[in-house]
Amino acid sequence: MLEILSVAAIRGDHLLFEDLSFAVASGEAIALTGRNGAGKTTLLRMIAGLVPLASGRVLWAGEDAMADLNAYHARLAYLGHQDAVKPGLTVTENLSTWAAGRRAEREAGIEAALEQVDLLDLADIPARMLSAGQKRRLAIARLCLRPAALWLLDEPVTGLDTASVLLFGDMIARHRAQGGIVIAATHQDLPMPGGRSVRLS
Amino acid sequence: MMTIAVRLLAREMRLSFRHGADSLAVLLFFVLAASLFPLGIGPAPALLGKIAPGAIWIAALLAALLPLDRLFGADYEDGSLDQLLLQGLPPGLLGLIKAASHWLFAGLPLVIVAMPVALMLNLPTAALVPLELGLVLGSMTLSLLGTTGAALVIGARRGGVLLPLIVLPLATPVLIFGTAAAGAAETGVAEKPALLLLGAFLCLAVILCPLAAGAAAKAAAE
Repeated sequence: MLEILSVAAIRGDHLLFEDLSFAVASGEAIALTGRNGAGKTTLLRMIAGLVPLASGRVLWAGEDAMADLNAYHARLAYLGHQDAVKPGLTVTENLSTWAAGRRAEREAGIEAALEQVDLLDLADIPARMLSAGQKRRLAIARLCLRPAALWLLDEPVTGLDTASVLLFGDMIARHRAQGGIVIAATHQDLPMPGGRSVRLS
Repeated sequence: MMTIAVRLLAREMRLSFRHGADSLAVLLFFVLAASLFPLGIGPAPALLGKIAPGAIWIAALLAALLPLDRLFGADYEDGSLDQLLLQGLPPGLLGLIKAASHWLFAGLPLVIVAMPVALMLNLPTAALVPLELGLVLGSMTLSLLGTTGAALVIGARRGGVLLPLIVLPLATPVLIFGTAAAGAAETGVAEKPALLLLGAFLCLAVILCPLAAGAAAKAAAE
């Protein structure tokens, strides 16, 4: 359970939003909407603990999430609007840095993650050969590598074709079925049935 | 926590291996810069032997600056820095990992290649061991200082120009005592105090620099 309590965001000396509060129960999905520059990315990065909160608090399971950042970070997965894909490494190598566990577990986890985004056939080619959409799918595959309860997604489906968006919808559904939380900043319709929407203005 | 650290260090090493040309460029720059001294000053062996410690140290110092620009820059530009900061690792440890990878792929190769360069510049053989010892200690300190500088300029426009301006002044003590150790045979003073001081700098840097670099990287991600 994640609670956002009267959070405000300031960029430069410009107030983006203030007194924003909402709670997300496990299994729930939230779509953050709002015009460009409304502070969607900033809010996601605040929830991730990358940007300090200007005011307010973020509670995870009833406790201040920022009090023990390392433990909190182990519970979340963040998909930024950049893919964090290294062109010089192969598709598998790109994931192996971020996979947790022992070697055999990691290899199995990477294979399962690539399967989910339909990149298994391309596992051994250098990431520089991938198209923009395939790179995005590789970045999405990173989400499944760790058992993270909280997914923070920044424009997750940019550049994806329809089939990949559906695959991603399945991933989100599985994650929510396991009690995971999804918060996604988006302009497009995401395949998140039953998801709520929070509008920043 | 250690398994994460090992995994991230493995990542740095794999990336550096893939970009092996970067390490090679550092070494070639070092050899070329050191070869300019005989060309500029004249090939008289006695004179060369006298300036060799300083020439080698200055060339090594400048060469070590070359890869710093990309140390955090590449990760910042493609979004990997966010992922690195979200691994549940203290930022200071991330700074230490970056410094270690810089040393392994720039510092250590420089220490090794300094030997033939020293012979080329007619450094007295007695000075070879103090030069190498000094370079080992000094290059580690330089990697740590450089990592801090690299973290400070993340996201700055013209960061590559700013970087030497931050790192070089901080590196002057290392240069002074490094050349003092290597030149000890020539000047007739003991090399031990200079080497001990280099060791002391390293001890200080290994504690302070990763913390500063980690904090700067975290601030840059905001």
